[in-house]
Amino acid sequence: MAETLLDIRDLSVRFFTYQGVVRALENVDLAISKGEILGLVGETGCGKSVLARSVLRLIADPPGKIWGGEIFFKGEDLLKTSNRRLRHVRGNEISMIFQEPMSSLNPVFRVGNQMQEVVVLHQQVERAEAREICIDMLQQVKMPDPEEVLSKYPHELSGGMRQRVMIAMELSCRPDLLIADEPTTALDVTVQAQVLTILEDLTRKRGVSVLFISHDLGVIAQLCDRVAVMYAGRIVEIAPVEELFSIPRHPYTRGLLKAIPRIDEERDTLLVIAGMVPGLIRPPEGCRFHPRCEAVTNPCDRVVPRLVEVVSGHQVACHLYNDSGEKYDADTRH
Amino acid sequence: MKRIKKEHEWQIREFLFTLKLLSKNPSAVAGFVIIATMVIIALTAPYIAPYDPIKISLRERLSAPSMVHLFGTDEMGRDILSRVMHGARISLRIGVLVIGIAGGLGVVIGAVAGYLGRQADNIIMRVMDVILSFPPLVLAMALAAALGPNLNNAILAVAFVMIPKFARMVRGEALAVKEKQFIAAARASGAGSMWIILHHIIPNCLSSVIILATLLLGETILIAASLSFIGLGAQPPVPEWGAMISVGRKFLMDQWWYPTFPGLFILVTVIGFNILGDALRDILDPRIRR
Repeated sequence: MAETLLDIRDLSVRFFTYQGVVRALENVDLAISKGEILGLVGETGCGKSVLARSVLRLIADPPGKIWGGEIFFKGEDLLKTSNRRLRHVRGNEISMIFQEPMSSLNPVFRVGNQMQEVVVLHQQVERAEAREICIDMLQQVKMPDPEEVLSKYPHELSGGMRQRVMIAMELSCRPDLLIADEPTTALDVTVQAQVLTILEDLTRKRGVSVLFISHDLGVIAQLCDRVAVMYAGRIVEIAPVEELFSIPRHPYTRGLLKAIPRIDEERDTLLVIAGMVPGLIRPPEGCRFHPRCEAVTNPCDRVVPRLVEVVSGHQVACHLYNDSGEKYDADTRH
Repeated sequence: MKRIKKEHEWQIREFLFTLKLLSKNPSAVAGFVIIATMVIIALTAPYIAPYDPIKISLRERLSAPSMVHLFGTDEMGRDILSRVMHGARISLRIGVLVIGIAGGLGVVIGAVAGYLGRQADNIIMRVMDVILSFPPLVLAMALAAALGPNLNNAILAVAFVMIPKFARMVRGEALAVKEKQFIAAARASGAGSMWIILHHIIPNCLSSVIILATLLLGETILIAASLSFIGLGAQPPVPEWGAMISVGRKFLMDQWWYPTFPGLFILVTVIGFNILGDALRDILDPRIRR
C-alpha cells in the first residue's frame, strides 16, 4: 500500500443550533494514500460535505465546531496548525472544487483575472507568465480557445466550462490532494462524463490524490479506487471499488445498490430502503441505521458498531461482522 | 509583452463599448448631458460668467431678469447668473470630496464589519448606529462648529455624517456576498480575510455603492448648503447655492428669481446625478452587459 497522505482519525463535528446539537460527524476514520482516488458516497445530509470542509477547516464557526479528532496531512495535524500555515496548505497542497460551478467564480471579474490571481498568489510569478500557465492549464482541461475564455466573464460560460475552469484553476497550483465536493452534480449527463474524464486523466497523470464526494454510485464506480459509504454522520463501510460493488457487506450498502434500477432486470417498482434518514439532533442509539435495517440483531440498538476489517482492505461497521469478522450470510443480493 | 498589450486592448475595447451603450440609453444621455454641462460650467465659470460674482452694484439691486441680467440680481445688485455659475464650482467640489471621503471609508468599514462578523461587526456597527442616531444636519452642524466655520471643515463634517450610510449598505451587501460559493472557494485556495474583502467583497458591492453615491450627492449638497446658511460652511461673499437660497428665501414673494435659480440648479444637478447613476448601474452590470 502506498504512503498515507491524509489520515482522518476519530473526527467529530457538531453544529450548535437553537433546536439542539446536530451531530453531523461522529468518530469518522478515513485515510487516503498518495495518488489514490477515494470516493465518499451517502445520502444528502449525511455529512459528506461537512467532512470535506472540515479537512480545510472551512466549517462556519458558529454554529459549527470540530468537536474532536485529528486530521493528519503529511504527518501534520491540520486541526492544530496555525492559521497562517493553514492558508498555505489551502490551495498549495489541498485544493477544493465545489458543487455548483455557477457560483464558484466571482461574477464581477473576468475568468482570466481570477485564474491569474490564484496563480500569481501561489506560484510567485509575473502576470504575463501566469497568463501562460493559465492558458496551458485550460488546454489541459480541453477547453477550446483558452485565450477567448480568459477574456470572458463567468456568466458567459456554460456550467461544464465553468467547472473545467475550476479544475484548471485548482490543479494549476499543483496540490497533493484535491477535494471534489459533488463536482458534477449540477451538470447534465454528457457534460458530466466529459468533466469526469478530464478530472481523472489530470489527477492520475499528476499523481494527485482525490477525495471524490458524490451521491451517484455510477460515477463512483467509474472513477474511484476505493469507496467509503457514509450514513448519518458515520462511515459504515470502506472497500476497494470492485469489492464494494460485487460483495457489499453492510446492509445499508446492499440497500443502496439494490435501489439502483438495473437494465438487465425486470422490475415494476423501484426498490427503496424502508424508513427515513434520521435527524442528526437525536440520532438513533447504537447503530444509526438499525431502525431501517433488515438484518437487525441483538446489540444493534444499544452498541455502536466499530469499523472492523472483514477481508483485507474491506472494513465494515456492523454487528453482523463483529470482531471475529464472521460473515453475515443471508443471501440478500441477486 | 505582447500579452500585456493585449490586456490593455480589452480595456480600451470595454471602455468604448461602455460609451456605446451609454449613447444608446436615452436617460443615460440626459443625465450625462446635465452633469457634463454642470461640470463644464463649474470648470469654466471664471471665463464664461458675464459678471464678477461678488461685485456689488447697489443701483441694480433686486432687478428682475432682463437681457442685461438674465437671472436678475440680488439684494446687493450682484448678478445671479454669474453667482449660480460660480456656485456650481463649490457645490460640485463639496459633493465629490464628501462622497469620495465618506464612500472610501464607509465601504471599507462596512465590508470589514460584514465579512468578519461577530465581535468586529458588533463593535463597528454599534459605533455607526451612534452616528446614525443623530439627525445628519444636527451632527454635521455640531462638528462643523467644533472644527471652526469654513468650507473645508464643513466638508469633513458632512463626510463624517455620511460614512455610516455607506457602511451600513456595504455591510448588508457583504453579508450576502460572503455566503456565495466563490468566497468559500477563495478561502479553500488559501486567501486571507483582507484579500477576500478587497478582491471579492468590495468589488461585488460597487454597483450598489455607485447608486448610493449618486443618491447621497443630492443630500450632501443640501446639507452642505444648510451649513452655509447658518454660517458654518461657505462664508458670506462666496456664491454658494444653498446660502443663496437661504438668503433669497425672504425675497421669494416679491423677487421670485432670487431663490428660484439657485434652487433650479440644485434640482437639476441632483436629478442629473440620479438618472446617470441609475443608467450606469444598468450598463456596468456584467450580467446584462452582453
